[in-house]
Amino acid sequence: MNLAELWRQAMVWLNDPLNWTNPDGIFARTQEHLAISAAAVALGCLVAWPLGVWLGHIGRGGPFVVAVGNLTRAMPTVALLTILPLTAVGFGYPPIVLALAVFAVPPLLANAYLGIREVDPEVRDAARGMGMSGRQVLARVELPLAVPYFAGGFRTAAVQVVATATLAAFVNGGGLGMIISRGFGLGIASGGGQIVAGGLVVIALCLVLEGLLAIGERFVTPRGLRRAGHRGGSAADAPLAPAS
Amino acid sequence: MPPLVGWAAPLDDPRNPWFSWRYVRENIDFLTTALQQHVTLTVVAVAVAAALGIPLAVLAHRVPWLAGGVLGVSGALYTIPSLGLFALLGPILGHRAETVLIGLVLYALLVVVRNALTGLRQVPADVREAATGMGYGRLGLLWRIELPLALPGILTGLRLATVSTVALVTVGYVVGFGGFGNVILTGFNTNFYRPEIMAGTIGCLGLALVFDLVWLGVGRLVMPWTRRRAA
Repeated sequence: MNLAELWRQAMVWLNDPLNWTNPDGIFARTQEHLAISAAAVALGCLVAWPLGVWLGHIGRGGPFVVAVGNLTRAMPTVALLTILPLTAVGFGYPPIVLALAVFAVPPLLANAYLGIREVDPEVRDAARGMGMSGRQVLARVELPLAVPYFAGGFRTAAVQVVATATLAAFVNGGGLGMIISRGFGLGIASGGGQIVAGGLVVIALCLVLEGLLAIGERFVTPRGLRRAGHRGGSAADAPLAPAS
Repeated sequence: MPPLVGWAAPLDDPRNPWFSWRYVRENIDFLTTALQQHVTLTVVAVAVAAALGIPLAVLAHRVPWLAGGVLGVSGALYTIPSLGLFALLGPILGHRAETVLIGLVLYALLVVVRNALTGLRQVPADVREAATGMGYGRLGLLWRIELPLALPGILTGLRLATVSTVALVTVGYVVGFGGFGNVILTGFNTNFYRPEIMAGTIGCLGLALVFDLVWLGVGRLVMPWTRRRAA
């Protein structure tokens, strides 16, 4: 289709207030999108952080952490989204939240593990030498020093989940992807503007979130650990792959 | 919201098992077409990404401000959802394989460039200095010293790009070119037919595994010095 015409149609669609305030308009879909994503990230944190901290503290499970990352990278999101509703999980929001949580786990787990692992052994020894118990070392030394990693993992996971949540539309599961999939349902000739508009909205949401979380990441990092350009998750991000 | 279907129907119907050889036999043409499409899209996307990405990484390695730009752009692209990207490309390019391909190349490019750049940056400065001292020119240094030493990083990038591309192809379903994604979603949209969903999923995972093994073999072939360590 003609690019200018397509852009015009997208702007027309975005300029219609009803497309924002409808029950399945941009506001409602964004809210749904963020609610699903928040639940998925929360579930991911609940599973991945304690596990990562524990594995990091006892200093084992590195290969396991890597394997989790590799396995989920090969798994198409579409497959999990279609399989889970057909299991005992049932239809509705739970299978979608669960599917997205699966993709939130690897960055959260890897960063929690690395954050604890990367604590300078001398610092750990010093804490032991001061008479701290294993639990005190964890709570007062390892966890505070690992905060940048936690923040970095959280940011990666959250951005990835919000991006991936778009695919829930494939199984009619809600979120902003619905605007795109409905547009494709209308056909490119008449739904082209809506498709592009939906794409722009979802891309904007992801970029804004990434920016906000980058600020938040800096905010929660203790001043002593702040370094120019330091990003907590950088080590675990090295084998970078795109968000689905 | 999807309609809330009762637990038993249509899920625990004996006619809807998790896997069925009969389904595979009767739909072998559909499955081979999907396989062909999936393999073609993946191979072409990764090949194009490698052809563009490795020179780009070399260039970015030489020109510092370009490296900042490349990392910034790829970081932003990393946050863009694939469906969002296809929503922009689809209406412009239409229901064609090229639409999916362009999206796949962009995402694969990001992985290839980042990893290749990391590999090039990890070449120790004293090695570079020693090579220069031995009389290597810029090209010689790149070709004989830097690239071989960055090869692990480059291959890691290609491998990761391949695996994530295999998973990403499925999203191409929106413009009708999703490889096994077409199988999975056709199954879902045909009364939640599990054998079809499973056949597509196993196809995807199997393909990712096969490609991974191929890269493992390529790595051993082109980097014989790592063979002993790996074994």
